[in-house]
Amino acid sequence: MPEAPAAPKARKFRGQVAINWDNCKGCGFCIEFCPPKVLEFSEKFNDHGYHPPFLAKEEACTGCDLCGLYCPDFAIYGVRVAIKQDSGSGIQDSVPKP
Amino acid sequence: MSTLTQINPVEPFLRTDRMPHIWCPGCGIGTTVNCFARALVESKLPLDKVALVSGIGCTGRVAGYVNLDSFHTTHGRAIPFATGLKLANPALNVVVYSGDGDLISIGGNHFIHAARRNVDITVICVNNFIYGMTGGQVAPTTPLGAVASTSPYGCYEHAFNLPFLAESSGAVYVARWTAFHVRHIAHSMVEAIKKKGFSFIEILAPCPTLFQRRNKMGDGLDTMRQYKQRSVIKNGAHTREVDIDLQGEIVVGKFVDIERPTLQQSMEQQLRQTLRDQYAGMGGA
Amino acid sequence: MPTLTTASSKGVLTGAHFLDGDQAACEGALAAGANFVAGYPITPSTEIVERFASRIPTVGGVFLQMEDELASSIAIVGAAWGGAKVFTVTSGPGFSLMMEHLGYAAMTETPLVLVDVQRGGPSTGLPTLPGQGDMMQARWGSHGDYEVIALCPNSPQECFDLMIDAFNLAEEYRTPVLLMMDESVGHMTEKVVIPSPDKISIYPRRYTSLPPAEYLPFRAGADGIPEMVKAGDGYRIHVTGLTHDEKGYPAMNWKEQKKLVGRLVSKIRDNAERIARWEEHEMQDADVVMVAYGITSRVAQRAMQLARAEGLRVGLLRPIVAWPFPEKRIRELAQRVHSFLVVEMNYGQMFYEVERLAAGHARTELLGHGGGMVHEPEEILQALREAAQ
Repeated sequence: MPEAPAAPKARKFRGQVAINWDNCKGCGFCIEFCPPKVLEFSEKFNDHGYHPPFLAKEEACTGCDLCGLYCPDFAIYGVRVAIKQDSGSGIQDSVPKP
Repeated sequence: MSTLTQINPVEPFLRTDRMPHIWCPGCGIGTTVNCFARALVESKLPLDKVALVSGIGCTGRVAGYVNLDSFHTTHGRAIPFATGLKLANPALNVVVYSGDGDLISIGGNHFIHAARRNVDITVICVNNFIYGMTGGQVAPTTPLGAVASTSPYGCYEHAFNLPFLAESSGAVYVARWTAFHVRHIAHSMVEAIKKKGFSFIEILAPCPTLFQRRNKMGDGLDTMRQYKQRSVIKNGAHTREVDIDLQGEIVVGKFVDIERPTLQQSMEQQLRQTLRDQYAGMGGA
Repeated sequence: MPTLTTASSKGVLTGAHFLDGDQAACEGALAAGANFVAGYPITPSTEIVERFASRIPTVGGVFLQMEDELASSIAIVGAAWGGAKVFTVTSGPGFSLMMEHLGYAAMTETPLVLVDVQRGGPSTGLPTLPGQGDMMQARWGSHGDYEVIALCPNSPQECFDLMIDAFNLAEEYRTPVLLMMDESVGHMTEKVVIPSPDKISIYPRRYTSLPPAEYLPFRAGADGIPEMVKAGDGYRIHVTGLTHDEKGYPAMNWKEQKKLVGRLVSKIRDNAERIARWEEHEMQDADVVMVAYGITSRVAQRAMQLARAEGLRVGLLRPIVAWPFPEKRIRELAQRVHSFLVVEMNYGQMFYEVERLAAGHARTELLGHGGGMVHEPEEILQALREAAQ
């Protein structure tokens, strides 16, 4: 008799980014080369007139830090953040949604 | 966004008291420095023993931003400075980080001799095809037909093929990437820094303010997209065949990785052979 | 102030030797502990590095012949920051090429010695014949404001002795120091006595004892001179030729310029009287004072003997340190002597210093020519006769 399909594997990590608002020069590399495309230009701008990015799709960020690797101004970096697990099935984020 | 407990992994490598840096929006130099910081982490080298030497120009300013023993020297002369530094203190891991104009034009003679001698240094050449700092003059790497402030009707000189130049001069490690190829750059940097002998990495980078703008190639991001589109990875390609022009294919990859005695090894071996136990060594610091 | 040490025995060839000036200069450098030289061949200086290339492998150190003088002059700066004691040698055309790096060494306060064995100039000139036409270039050759210390030996023995002094001054003042030889002194062979190492005083490099967190590479002590470090010791220094602050960071504004360049200039100027050195002969009743240096001073000495024999009251002042020039002494003498006669192998260089300092109180005459041969005693004697009138 075939077994019931296994429950989907729980995600152990998600990603988060930190952005240095003042140092960003709005070049767009991070937005362009983010694999899951979670970054977008902010509408607001910094003191130099540039539009830094913001994390538009938080739940999809993997924390791969490719944005950090590309940034010519050292103004962004990504990290992997551990998720608290619930009793068994599904995924539960420890960070509340905005 | 939530507060992160980790700091930017690049921060320990930077003189954060000097940020933000002077490079333009979309300039590729900062990206290469990011790769360099990650390469240093991966190489596990003790940072006190890594010294960085640069020349004059936009890329030359890298020395002022890294948290290492760093030397901002004269135009074109980073390589001989690095040679003296390395031979006086062989325990150091010496990296030369400079631009195409500085290393290959005024520094050209020193470049070929250091490669010939196989001085144990790593040379990272950020090639933006232009003299950026001084306002966008033509460089020996500027592609045929490109516009620059001192070739306003289009460059009519043939450009150097840097990997070919490096290999023919005797470099033991030669690689080329573009600023788009961040992971490859970091990996090559690790290999080059760890390798004994003259290692050379050319990294093509946008100069949006001058080269790209004057040649109507968009901004930094447009250029990065072009790099992605035009680049072809051909590890082991013959360096003779990796010329760059304004529109065609950009061949990237690791082209040369061979073994050859370094200057220091040759010197010590020769002197030991001739002088036997009278040889008193290099008298290091 | 660091305690003076004595020379290490490794490089000291104790004994009485028969050496030419070039060879003696090399021995002086070895006695001082020089352990890294990057050089490029140029007549008449080449023998200095040839001898060094031959000696250093058994003493301990490195000689590298570089691709040109530009590379030589900067490689030694790099080596100094790696902890080595360094010098290089050249003559006129190479001296011109090295000027940028002389300025870089002054700006970064890198101790080094640069030997110029002067030959006839300008341009390719007279490679194998003497000249003294680089004296002003020694002082002003690089762009911008800076001071140099320059010494002028007039014998192979002095080539040995002053080479050691040059290294000591370089370390004491954290500055490049020039040894201005001329081809005659470089190629003349005389007895050179090299003492035992314990008789040779060495000024050690002014390494800091502060930990990295407290150390600033270009913060001067009370004497206007910062302490030094070398790469690899954990100080994470930044060194640049741009106008910089105490951290070594580029700081390009007029305030920092005044602070830094003002200090670099004062470093030497405020100590000019201490650094200046000269020799006097027969000055007590002199009406006419000759000023001559290098090989010319020896001919001048002969001329002085001849003049005295004729009853002319002639003295000789020989600058041993040419820069800083013995300003105070010339000014003093100008008050009481009738005239100065500057004898040099050029069309007037140190002459202008003497004339400036005499400030009209004494007549200043020049007996100069373009080099290629030393002066004859008789021609100097004739000029002395005229000066005495």
